[in-house]
Amino acid sequence: MKNNKLAILTNGIIKENPILVLILGTCPFLAVTTQASNAIGMGAAVTFVLLCSNVMISLLRNVISDKVRIPCYIVVIASFVTLVQMVVKAYFSALDTALGLYLPLIVVNCIILGRAEMFANKNGVLDSALDAIGMGVGYLLAMLIMASIREIFGAGTWFGMKIPVLADNNISIMTMAPGGFAVFGLLIAVVNKVSHGKAIKKKDFGCEGCPSAASCGQRGCERVQKEANA
Amino acid sequence: MDFKGLLAIVMAAVLVNNYVLSQFLGICPFLGVSKKLDQATGMSIAVIFVMVLATAVTYPIQYFLLNPNNIAYLQTIVFILVIAALVQLVEIVLKKYIPALHASLGVYLPLITTNCAVLGVCISNVDSYMSGGGFGASFVQALFNAFGSGLGFLLAMVLFAGVRSKVEKANPPECFKGMPITLISAAIVSVSFMGFAGLVDNLLG
Repeated sequence: MKNNKLAILTNGIIKENPILVLILGTCPFLAVTTQASNAIGMGAAVTFVLLCSNVMISLLRNVISDKVRIPCYIVVIASFVTLVQMVVKAYFSALDTALGLYLPLIVVNCIILGRAEMFANKNGVLDSALDAIGMGVGYLLAMLIMASIREIFGAGTWFGMKIPVLADNNISIMTMAPGGFAVFGLLIAVVNKVSHGKAIKKKDFGCEGCPSAASCGQRGCERVQKEANA
Repeated sequence: MDFKGLLAIVMAAVLVNNYVLSQFLGICPFLGVSKKLDQATGMSIAVIFVMVLATAVTYPIQYFLLNPNNIAYLQTIVFILVIAALVQLVEIVLKKYIPALHASLGVYLPLITTNCAVLGVCISNVDSYMSGGGFGASFVQALFNAFGSGLGFLLAMVLFAGVRSKVEKANPPECFKGMPITLISAAIVSVSFMGFAGLVDNLLG
């Protein structure tokens, strides 16, 4: 039993990493990873919302009728996002300007709705909380890796500290839009290489639960095919 | 608002601040639906439609309901619910009265609810146009910005569908197949859009 709990926790960090394996929630991932400190802020915000919404939805899973579950989830998630927005505005105004539009957009981040639909409405409170923590930490770590690469090479700094040689020879395109796409592509390629292509197959998991599944760029997405044929 | 100003707003939204390629909004459909040209076009037209409609509804809500009553902090909840309800409504209306249009766009409508570009355009319109001038002028600006953003999405999708049809036939290293090579070609398309920086200021400024 204890092993089972540990497996739920570590699942999101490595085996089903939301960004590098499931490829969910890409918009904020590409947009705010220009500085390592922003990545930590965004990752923490997403983890908080994910944890709260997973626990809440898990508690309410027997109360909410199946037909209206998606609107209910959206209301729960939007409430917690509003909470985070208020806290960030009040205490971390530098982070608020850096994240800008992407903070309210956590609402439409498919990781959160996806985990609510796939995990929290089928499992108990403790398991849902562990799953949320695992997924959140996985998201945060992936963001930190990406942001570190982009900040170190693009600006020659890391968490604002100057790095001797690179600060004078920075490649500023890394912090701009094209750098985001390219570094993300390379990171997924590395994951594929290390996992010998097993990671790609894992993507099938993310689809069932994600309401925007059909619009997501995942290979295993049958929904788009079905709906297109219907 | 003069014609030149509105043109500048649309040009800026389409080319300079392209939603997909320079602001990273709506990446999921950009990567997912851009495989075939007809799907990409259908999806983008639905996005333009929903963006303009969502702005037309959410902007007055913010102006006449949320701001005067000092409940602007409810923006996120109200907007996402309004957009979700609106998209459902549009789908029902289209299905009943214009079945031909529903057949071509209907598939994409439910997916657009959780498209971050739609919520993004509504929130950024409120942020950037709400402060200046009366309701009428700022509302028109917001609508044109929504239309331009949608048009920019269409341009990016169509361009990228073309690039992708070539990439699909290529034979990259095993670990680059699928998503990685798609992202790297997106980076190259995005570089080309950087060339438009400063275009609007120099041309119409």
